[in-house]
Amino acid sequence: MAGIKDATAVVGIGQTPFAKQLPESEKALACRAILAALDDAGIAPAEVDALASYTMEETDEVEVAKAVGLGDLSFFSKVGFGGGGSCATVAHLAGAIASGQATVGVAWRSRKRGSGPRPWKNTDVQLPTPAQWTRPFGLLRPADEIGMLARRYMHEYGATRDHLFNVALACRNRANQNPAAIMYERPLTREMYMTSRWISEPLCLFDNCLETDGALACVIVSAERARDCRRRPVYVHSAAQGLPAQHHGMVNYWNDDPLTGPAWSAARHLWKHADFTPEDVDVAQIYDAFTPLIPLSLEGYGFCGRGEGAAFTEGGALEIGGLLPINTGGGGLSEAYVHGFNLINEGVKQLRGTSTAQVPGAATCLVTAGEGVPTSALLLRA
Amino acid sequence: MKTYTNEALLSPVLDDDGAPFWQYAAQGELRIQACSDCGELRFPPRPCCPHCHSFESEWRKMSGRGRVWSYVIPHPPLLPAYAEQAPYNAIVVELAEAPRIRLVGNLVSGPEAPLNSVLPERLRIGARVQVAFTEVNGMSVPRWVLERA
Repeated sequence: MAGIKDATAVVGIGQTPFAKQLPESEKALACRAILAALDDAGIAPAEVDALASYTMEETDEVEVAKAVGLGDLSFFSKVGFGGGGSCATVAHLAGAIASGQATVGVAWRSRKRGSGPRPWKNTDVQLPTPAQWTRPFGLLRPADEIGMLARRYMHEYGATRDHLFNVALACRNRANQNPAAIMYERPLTREMYMTSRWISEPLCLFDNCLETDGALACVIVSAERARDCRRRPVYVHSAAQGLPAQHHGMVNYWNDDPLTGPAWSAARHLWKHADFTPEDVDVAQIYDAFTPLIPLSLEGYGFCGRGEGAAFTEGGALEIGGLLPINTGGGGLSEAYVHGFNLINEGVKQLRGTSTAQVPGAATCLVTAGEGVPTSALLLRA
Repeated sequence: MKTYTNEALLSPVLDDDGAPFWQYAAQGELRIQACSDCGELRFPPRPCCPHCHSFESEWRKMSGRGRVWSYVIPHPPLLPAYAEQAPYNAIVVELAEAPRIRLVGNLVSGPEAPLNSVLPERLRIGARVQVAFTEVNGMSVPRWVLERA
């Protein structure tokens, strides 16, 4: 079986500014990011024949294609589960291109989460199954749902708020190096973290991602064509989605082992098809809507054993020069929360050698989508 | 007694699979769906048994005893009726006779008491609790009280 290993590459990335509020519509921001990515690749919009996106965005393929002047599309896919779908967009395009269904693919994300409504306030959408078992009891927001797992995790493994602070701090430190990050000029201290207001105990303000307006996109072509593009290709080495047996989404309280989530399933497939191991990963971009997702993902993707994810964050392990530098643009916690797409583009920047917090000689990068919902992940290599 | 607007709390929206749970709750009974063929309990309810694939199910009566598996203390921003009682607790309870079966609920000082009626310091993972039903918007919903208050 040929598979997708190194068969395709990301050859263009683009983004809009990030802000709490941008004046343009979600659709206009999507168009800007896509055109910027195509310009970065040196590929004309009319050559695009594939699109991939994920749910919780209003702009559809028809709107995008006609606005930016794409060619005839032969492949378009929309992945479910919001932030769990980010990496799957690249995976679907890689599969389509490797199998000959398309030649030039664009994946994108545009969101107005900064100035738009908070999704959890729409109770009409939230109340049917399984919300009837959770929302009436005041478990209303993703922060409450993940906070419940975080408390149990801390109880079982002795994780502390200092471990969660390590995650928040690493992301903030990288954002302080990234002029495009929302938190570029705003350092974080342990004192600020420990005295900040609660959102849902045990999670405080700094355990929660930003609320951001912004858009990003990337362009994927075959490895063969990538050699003729404007930028150094970043190869899609391995890709996987993960929806574990008996999984229940962000309220994963009803299976035998709620603290092993979709990361574990995605990781099994991801590494099965890879030529390298977690020890060989130079830098990682790990989905960080909430700080506890980092220790869970470190365990799930095999960087440490079960229950060791919190301890892994000690001693500056997540910082530049540490065991595993993460979220080098600042991540969802401190660069921008655009449902994880900024993590994909940051992974590409690292392997091009153009990150604002460059890991010297980075040649391999793990990128993950939202843990705690049906997820996806990528291994990229230079 | 402190007055609070229980009426504005969200009510469960029923579906075909879950409706029997709420019907039994209205009778003051905590019942969990079980496969009629292989006997496995399952929650949340669903049309067929993931173990033996039977579509036949029954609703088995539980003792109503359990332990706190985890909890959070939500603070605003929240929906108005919940913000009014914040900070309150939301808990996950594992049932005594079936620890894999867990229910989300609230630890309260008595069935009619508000969601913030137990001090956060009194919450402990592992604490033994007992179900107690209360009425919200005409629907009977489970609450949890400490076995040894």
